[in-house]
Amino acid sequence: MNALHSTAAPPSSAAERETAIEARGITKIFGAANGFMALDNVSVAIRRNEFFTLLGPSGCGKTTLLRVIAGFEPPTMGVLSLNGRDISQLPPNKRPVNTVFQNYALFPHMSVANNIAFGLEMLGKSKSEIKDTVTEMLKLVQMEHLRSRRTSELSGGQQQRVALARALAPKPEVLLLDEPLSALDLKLRKEMQIELKRLQHETGITFIFVTHDQEEALTMSDRIAVMSAGKILQVGSPREIYAKPAERFVANFIGESNFLNATLAGDSVTLDAGGRFTVTPPEGVADGEVSVLVRPEHASVRAGEPGAGELAVTVETIVYSGDATTLHLKLATGETFKAKQPNAPAEAGVLPAEGDSAALTIAPGAVTVLKD
Amino acid sequence: MTDSALASEPAPGALEAHAARQDSRNRWLLSLPALLIIFLFASGPLFVMVIYSFLSPGDYGNVKWDFSTDGWVNVLLQRDIFDDTLMWADAHLSIFWRSLSLSLITTVLTLIFGVPTAWFIATQRPGKREFWLFLVTVPFWTNLLVRTIAIQELIRAEGVINNVLLALHIIDEPLQMMFTDFAIGFGMTYVYLPLMVLPVYAAVEKLDFRLVEAAYDLYASRWTAFRRVILPLIKPGIIAGSILVFIPCLGAYVTPRVLGGGKNLMFGNLIELQFGAGRNWPLGAALSLTLMAIVMVALIYYVRITSREEKKDV
Repeated sequence: MNALHSTAAPPSSAAERETAIEARGITKIFGAANGFMALDNVSVAIRRNEFFTLLGPSGCGKTTLLRVIAGFEPPTMGVLSLNGRDISQLPPNKRPVNTVFQNYALFPHMSVANNIAFGLEMLGKSKSEIKDTVTEMLKLVQMEHLRSRRTSELSGGQQQRVALARALAPKPEVLLLDEPLSALDLKLRKEMQIELKRLQHETGITFIFVTHDQEEALTMSDRIAVMSAGKILQVGSPREIYAKPAERFVANFIGESNFLNATLAGDSVTLDAGGRFTVTPPEGVADGEVSVLVRPEHASVRAGEPGAGELAVTVETIVYSGDATTLHLKLATGETFKAKQPNAPAEAGVLPAEGDSAALTIAPGAVTVLKD
Repeated sequence: MTDSALASEPAPGALEAHAARQDSRNRWLLSLPALLIIFLFASGPLFVMVIYSFLSPGDYGNVKWDFSTDGWVNVLLQRDIFDDTLMWADAHLSIFWRSLSLSLITTVLTLIFGVPTAWFIATQRPGKREFWLFLVTVPFWTNLLVRTIAIQELIRAEGVINNVLLALHIIDEPLQMMFTDFAIGFGMTYVYLPLMVLPVYAAVEKLDFRLVEAAYDLYASRWTAFRRVILPLIKPGIIAGSILVFIPCLGAYVTPRVLGGGKNLMFGNLIELQFGAGRNWPLGAALSLTLMAIVMVALIYYVRITSREEKKDV
């Protein structure tokens, strides 16, 4: 096994060298007989220095994938490599990968400084180097004043910072973050989101971040992998994931969506409710009956009879939410449709009232054909 | 409302003070039964022992009301029958030594067997843990004397162990295990093992295993993770278990009596001897108080190592 490792050819092409973590066909089954398949043939390449997010609902396998990368769960099948080297068989303490745990898992019997020093001590660093690194880390997370505090005396946000400093101190190749912000309140969470981005930028370490919060994923990530039922459904930048979701699940999980029935013919799609749009359908979708997605903010409503290129709708409910107003509409086909309008400084009176007939305009390019 | 009406109302501060007084008086009343029991049944007998230790032995047991420090002197020293010179009471010293060393050995053995057992139980599924804990407590259902005699049945010359070893031709003649220090240590380890398992189990059960994962993640080997993270966190359980084993071992009576025979006395047997056949109650009282003092010193030592701070910050 070891011989195999050492003879593995060094990565050759530039693209390959850019990959930090690569999973190939990772399958994880818990329990021997009729076990639960937590990961189903997952393959993904995570680039160096990127902020990569695993996003999905609870039980989708994102934490299991993170634990496989950390080495806590051996994969049932598949190969995991770091910088082109197979690390599938390495125990967690032999992997240059550190984890920020969901509930921080700070050592309660040690001070802040000793927590941060732990990994460095285990790596056999010299006393003076440990001291310097701990000071540097405390400065990085702005916790210098709490150096000798016990971890039980810290607030949630402070514990979070110590957990980050502890995991970053050994300068790992990859930092794994398991829903680290879920225990914080909203305001602190927003602060820490920016803080995490800054840390990732300053340290240049690859971050793999697990969350079920789509907004968190969109604001922080360079790329996102959306997971469901042990599979990765789509990998892409936040913009791609939001604007061009490949599947209904992805569209539904991220942002608000309208799903409409339509007919595809080449690069043109006709909604059942009316209107014709030019699209680039994803691979593997044949002409005929399809589902399409329209984001609520990509449609606008005005009072009055529909003109050319507009759809006739009935307004059912109007929901005001400060920055925007969402109108729940019924199309001629009986399909429901949500349209979100930014609120103008002064109410211009253009919005129809509940129960009115109105005209709906879907922006060109707002229609995305889905795979299923 | 007039001024006089106001004056008749007590000031709010005074009212609170009154309530506090009432409260503390109630608390005294409530603790009265407990205090009474402590005075009558704990402090009282202890006081009697202190007084007896400074009296002279009666001819047929009991005490004569003559002040004497002989009881205390005889704890460590003995007077030569012929020339009255004082010399070390070797018999007592060897008994103290046996008590201390056997208690220490027993504590170490219960640690060696008890910690892995507790770990095993605490890492089982919750439903299974109760079953194993139940098994640990089963011996408590049987009288200590009966269990000790069962041990005797195992280790005596024609006992189970010797018979098996003889049948397997591992030994040619029975091993002498009864009436040795080995027998006492074996018996006490068996008897006090549950007292180690239970507190250690409680500590391991509370242990957050994510901390162990965090240690692995931060490049600690299994052994280092145990030493640096697990051990400090289950230390309170280990110390509680050690106290629960060590202290009763020091004063053990039944086990050394049955398994050690008349030759291998321990502290408890020596005290019993003075109040019984020895007819030297002052010495018995002084020995009891000495045992208490040793226990207290051991406890204070334990408290000090538990409250010791972790190593200094880097």
